[in-house]
Amino acid sequence: MLTLNNITWTASDGTQVLKGIDLTIPENKLIVITGPNGGGKTTLAKMIAGLERPDSGSITLDGTDITGLDITERAKAGISFAFQQPVRFKGLVVMDLLELAAGGELSEQEACGYLMRVGLCAKEYINREVNDTLSGGEIKRIELATVLARHTRLSIFDEPEAGIDLWSFNNLIDVFKELHSSLNGSMMIISHQERILSIADEIVVISDGRVSSRGAAADILPSLAGGKPDGACPRRGVYDGGESNE
Amino acid sequence: MNEITRELLKAVSDYDDGGYKDAYNIRENGCCVDRRSTEHIKIESKTDAPGLEIHVLPGTKGERLSIPVCVTHGDIDDLVYNDFYIGEGADVLIIAGCGVHVSHGEPARHNGIHRFFVGKNAHVVYRENHVGTGRGTGTKTIDPVTDIVLEDGAEFEMDSLQLGGVDRTLRKTTATVGKEAKLIIRERILTDGDQQAVTDFEVEMNGENSSVNLISRSVAKGNSHQSYRSKIAGNAPCAGHSECDAIIADNGKVDAAPELSANHGDAALIHEAAIGKIAGEQIVKLRTLGLTEAEAEAKIVAGFLK
Repeated sequence: MLTLNNITWTASDGTQVLKGIDLTIPENKLIVITGPNGGGKTTLAKMIAGLERPDSGSITLDGTDITGLDITERAKAGISFAFQQPVRFKGLVVMDLLELAAGGELSEQEACGYLMRVGLCAKEYINREVNDTLSGGEIKRIELATVLARHTRLSIFDEPEAGIDLWSFNNLIDVFKELHSSLNGSMMIISHQERILSIADEIVVISDGRVSSRGAAADILPSLAGGKPDGACPRRGVYDGGESNE
Repeated sequence: MNEITRELLKAVSDYDDGGYKDAYNIRENGCCVDRRSTEHIKIESKTDAPGLEIHVLPGTKGERLSIPVCVTHGDIDDLVYNDFYIGEGADVLIIAGCGVHVSHGEPARHNGIHRFFVGKNAHVVYRENHVGTGRGTGTKTIDPVTDIVLEDGAEFEMDSLQLGGVDRTLRKTTATVGKEAKLIIRERILTDGDQQAVTDFEVEMNGENSSVNLISRSVAKGNSHQSYRSKIAGNAPCAGHSECDAIIADNGKVDAAPELSANHGDAALIHEAAIGKIAGEQIVKLRTLGLTEAEAEAKIVAGFLK
């Protein structure tokens, strides 16, 4: 469905972050992208959503070259992007964001449906302002709900575990499982979390700006958790955990 | 009543084709053109100055008072003094909009001086909406003065809105807050072109356990300029909070000068202020939902001022 062909990208300080990424995201699959901090995972996600433009290479979605499209055009072409650190807005309420995501008016019932699917008690949130009063877990779920409301071909989630507490995280796993079974499209999750890795149809490891390995979760996961050079932390069950913004 | 007046009334107040629901007074070009008192809300003309003396009887519940003002042509400088006496335990909604329309080059101004004396345990929601319309080049000026005295246990919620069209405005609001009394002021202003807006708040918290929450949100676009000043004085055990957020765009400029004075050991006063452009990440987020950059900016501003 989505194909990246030899994507390269250099940061403004001259560091080459992506050194030739070739990657295919198949139809209706949950792909988890993982790898060490600084390896280029978030940059890759931004490249797909149009937040950054590659120096070279091409991106095609359902056979159409989208490399030259900007953020808005890619969103309209069918790509959703859930931010690692969701943006807060003074004045806009949850319903506003959901309607913008859906591209039109939503009934209260429809909006509540999206919120309930991400584990929020809808009535309490629908008129809440998307501001600093929301906790990390709450705003993360709202971010996921906006992606749900878009019904796009490809949904990208950048480190959904970042900035939320363990209790919220456990619930988040169920949310992703449910999304995987109900979304009509593919999901790409950038994550360090073993529990997210374990629900993937396929794991792609990005390291030093390249795809270093990919395969079924059952095949890749043992090599990651087994203390390979990329640096696992078995005690926490987290593969090279923590937030990154590479 | 002509079409311009009708449109202004709809824009600034709760006027619809059926008129007003409860008590009202319509002022047009410096004269009272229509009025209705009710059993519980008495509206009388002042005898010593232009304006009204309004008495809301003690215990009045759920009634509405509309006192819109329209200036429908240039060369008018309207000054009015309105005094509101809100009886003990009353609970009312007061809507006091002002619309200025200019078709030619002459300036037009409305200067409304409103004094509120809010009795014990009364609750008032006060809405004012200021609008400027018309293609005339004459300067449209609205200079409201609001003076609020809250007795023990009274609550006053003021919602002030001015979303463009007014060339010059000087808005002065003063309040004294009594024991257990509560004042909430929400102000939203949008200026564009060469418009100028000055807002000035001064609140004296004199009563034990009194509170004030002052929230100002403004957007300055074009070459417009806004100046915000607030002073909250805590003279008793009290809680005061003010928040001034402004978005600047184009060459818009905003000055903010918040001032807090704690004159009592148990006065707790907080001020928050933020002025800046729309955050780039907010625009990016909305673009990832399919909005263009211009649509995203418009949505963020509309939400901010909602």
